[in-house]
Amino acid sequence: MSDKLVRVLVGKIGLDGHDRGAKVVAQALRDAGMEVIYTGLRQTPEQIVETALQEDVQVIGLSILSGAHMQLIPPVVEMLREQESSDIIVLVGGIIPRDDIAYLKEHGVAEVFTPGSSTVDIVNFIRNKLELS
Amino acid sequence: MSEQQNNTELAAAKEAWCEKVNKSLEKHPESKTFKTDSDYEIERVYDTLDLESFKYQEQLNWPGEYPYTRGIQPTMYRGRLWTMRQYAGFGSAEETNERFRYLLEQGQTGLSVAFDLPTQIGYDSDHPLARGEVGKVGVAIDSLADMEILMDQIPLDKVSTSMTINSPAVVLLAMYMAVAEKQGIAMEQLNGTIQNDILKEYVARGTYIFPPRESMRIIIDIFAYAGKMIPNWNTISISGYHIREAGSTAVQEVAFTLGNAIAYVEAAVAAGLEVDQFAPRLSFFFNAHSNFFEEIAKFRAARRIWARLMKERFGAKNPRSMMLRFHTQTAGSTLTAQQPDVNLMRVAYQALSAVLGGTQSLHTNSRDEALALPSEPSVLLALRTQQVIGYEIGVTDTVDPLGGSYFIEKLTDQVENDILSYIDKIDEIGGAVEAIEKGYIQKEIQASAYRYQKEIESEERVVVGVNRFTISGEQPIDLLKMDPATSQRQVERLKEVRLSRNQAKVAETLQELRRAAQGSDNLMPAIFEAVKAYATLGEICGVLRDVFGEYQQQITI
Repeated sequence: MSDKLVRVLVGKIGLDGHDRGAKVVAQALRDAGMEVIYTGLRQTPEQIVETALQEDVQVIGLSILSGAHMQLIPPVVEMLREQESSDIIVLVGGIIPRDDIAYLKEHGVAEVFTPGSSTVDIVNFIRNKLELS
Repeated sequence: MSEQQNNTELAAAKEAWCEKVNKSLEKHPESKTFKTDSDYEIERVYDTLDLESFKYQEQLNWPGEYPYTRGIQPTMYRGRLWTMRQYAGFGSAEETNERFRYLLEQGQTGLSVAFDLPTQIGYDSDHPLARGEVGKVGVAIDSLADMEILMDQIPLDKVSTSMTINSPAVVLLAMYMAVAEKQGIAMEQLNGTIQNDILKEYVARGTYIFPPRESMRIIIDIFAYAGKMIPNWNTISISGYHIREAGSTAVQEVAFTLGNAIAYVEAAVAAGLEVDQFAPRLSFFFNAHSNFFEEIAKFRAARRIWARLMKERFGAKNPRSMMLRFHTQTAGSTLTAQQPDVNLMRVAYQALSAVLGGTQSLHTNSRDEALALPSEPSVLLALRTQQVIGYEIGVTDTVDPLGGSYFIEKLTDQVENDILSYIDKIDEIGGAVEAIEKGYIQKEIQASAYRYQKEIESEERVVVGVNRFTISGEQPIDLLKMDPATSQRQVERLKEVRLSRNQAKVAETLQELRRAAQGSDNLMPAIFEAVKAYATLGEICGVLRDVFGEYQQQITI
């Protein structure tokens, strides 16, 4: 699959305003040839899923640094399942404690990228994942 | 021999030395081109030729003297150390009150309140958008009842309290004043700061509620009211910290902060306030990042620019209006999740730069903050770091110990020049509010953030433990565990408050607030009354949302 066809929703879920990471990742994905839809701040799980379906994306990247990830991320995965869209890859970036990473990955999140992650790794992860699926 | 002759000879001697070095470079090359974070190329060595036009009294002068480059007080830390102020707050008011009292017992000298996101955005804890966020990044405060618990047994006439609150700052300040009133403390004894800096929320921090013009009105109302009622309160902390965390360079951090400061001063003057009436209570908040010398130069340049701006541009007469007083926090974005103990060293050097730069108060980050909210042992180590700098290593024994260093002075001049160019550019656009509305500031910050990330990924910028000197199989460290029941308890208390108060009084005070908001009366008296009637933060901000509308974010990517 060529990168031209890859559509990614980058979303800030929850109330925190730390969008440096989300914007850097959005720009890096774009530079890697992907199409990026960036939601801006303060998105609810419902808004994320709605936009993802409308925009017909293959990947959702959710950035959260507020600590509300355990309450806000699983509903996204759950709603995607209800909409029969579990093929959409859900990635998370932010300050996520180790135990929570394990939980999120058991509950449908493909990967969690914590501080210090490289945008190259994120791009490669998406490419690998899409070729496999 | 005249100075000029002297310099000519010196220049010739330097050239000879350079030739000699250049020859040896073939055999022993330098490892790379050296640059500061703001991308200044750094020379091999600095000398008196770099400071040819240097005039001591004009550019530095003695500490406590205009333009305050060397510090705002004549004795600086020889008189009193900076205020050691750790930003704290999580869970409920009870838990945070406990942490505050612990920190005060450990020798901390001021409080700094972190509020949770619903509080910062003006939602009560039971609002649908508060889901998962209650008590997370700070303490949840819904009503005066919570503030009473937060400040329980803390003598408000003896501590200074900084509150990181912006859009609803007016409400939280009113709650704090109400608690003081109940403790029987005279308003003029209250000491502290509200952040109250909305402009940087639009570009860097994100907890805005209202559109810019309405937000500016609230801020000016606070200036006017607090100036009379609580004269020792810092009514704003104009913040570069978050601009830097969002990815700006050191130069951009100060330039955009001062650009915002100019906008506040202009708005206050336009509203009829006398500059010397409010400017002495303006305070600042900067970031202490990793590029050690540039950070020190940045703090010194910021003081010099502000002094000249206030005097020359705004005609301030009171020296206190010209003194840039600032709080500093070490750079959260430089903390790494990998090998977290290494963060202790980063924080120590960053804190040292703040002290050498003449800060008035300081927060040192905890080693585990790239992983979770800091644990108590980590917070203690962070505080101890400040105490080592203040009490053990002698850097506070003389004022501005790096003043006169060829490199520091040259760098201070360079940083100053580039900040001034940015300020000119913002003026050309029509001021900070326009520049924000056009997305100019946001784009500048984003470009720097992206460049920084690329430099790490290309290993042009070394981050120990991330792109060099990595280890695999790290041992996990103990992190702060949040009590999941906090949110539920908070919602229950909120319900109790709503049931036990005088509803008619609440309705009446909220109606009065609506009237004030629709007209042009100062909002603070109405908010003070509403708070005392136990109207909630969400109710008060709800009225203002109704009247003022909400800001729609500029998406600049």
